[in-house]
Amino acid sequence: MRIVVQEAAFDFGAECDAFAADRADMGAVVTFAGVVRGDGGLDAMEIEHYPGMTEAALAAIAEEARTRWSLGDVLVIHRYGRLAPGERIMMVATAAPHRADAFTAAEYLMDYLKSRAPFWKKEHRADGTAWVAARDADEDALSRW
Amino acid sequence: MDVLYFAWLRERIGLPKERIDSRAATVSDLVEELRGREERYAAAFADLSAVRVAVDRELADFDAPLEGVREVAFFPPMTGG
Repeated sequence: MRIVVQEAAFDFGAECDAFAADRADMGAVVTFAGVVRGDGGLDAMEIEHYPGMTEAALAAIAEEARTRWSLGDVLVIHRYGRLAPGERIMMVATAAPHRADAFTAAEYLMDYLKSRAPFWKKEHRADGTAWVAARDADEDALSRW
Repeated sequence: MDVLYFAWLRERIGLPKERIDSRAATVSDLVEELRGREERYAAAFADLSAVRVAVDRELADFDAPLEGVREVAFFPPMTGG
């Protein structure tokens, strides 16, 4: 399991390639990347986090996923700081013997990461800034687990 | 203990972190104490349904006890991913 919280960009291709390498026991690798959407003239997305808690919260979410599904490995990378539209904010990857576990665990990680890991997004536009409000749908998504 | 503020709570209160010597028994008591300090705190904690709390870096409820606690953080609902 690898949890990374960093300001710098990550190489999505290289991370996926390294994560999927040498896994004769894992029949399935699922990867997901979150990208800054340039909706409505967004200039930048600023991401704040809680150093110290963020890493622990992500690790706890990943550990919980490992108890629920048969997973060989989990990778979570999440950035903070100021990101431009089109930049990758974060990625998760799961490896499992079979694809159902890899897909489902990746969805679980994303649902929990959105509402239970201490990150906050602030949108920067020409006419000002605004903190992104949590969506009820994101909280509701947790109830299915 | 150290009290941390994030996102709009940090902006409204005007600082990211402060050291507070408090006898508050619970998080709620601490919030009441902070509200009584200055208007900026009262404004930040006006609607607790919009505030989440972590005690020693774990998500907690407002009735969580503070005895022996080193760090309390207040922040809005999280928006990662």
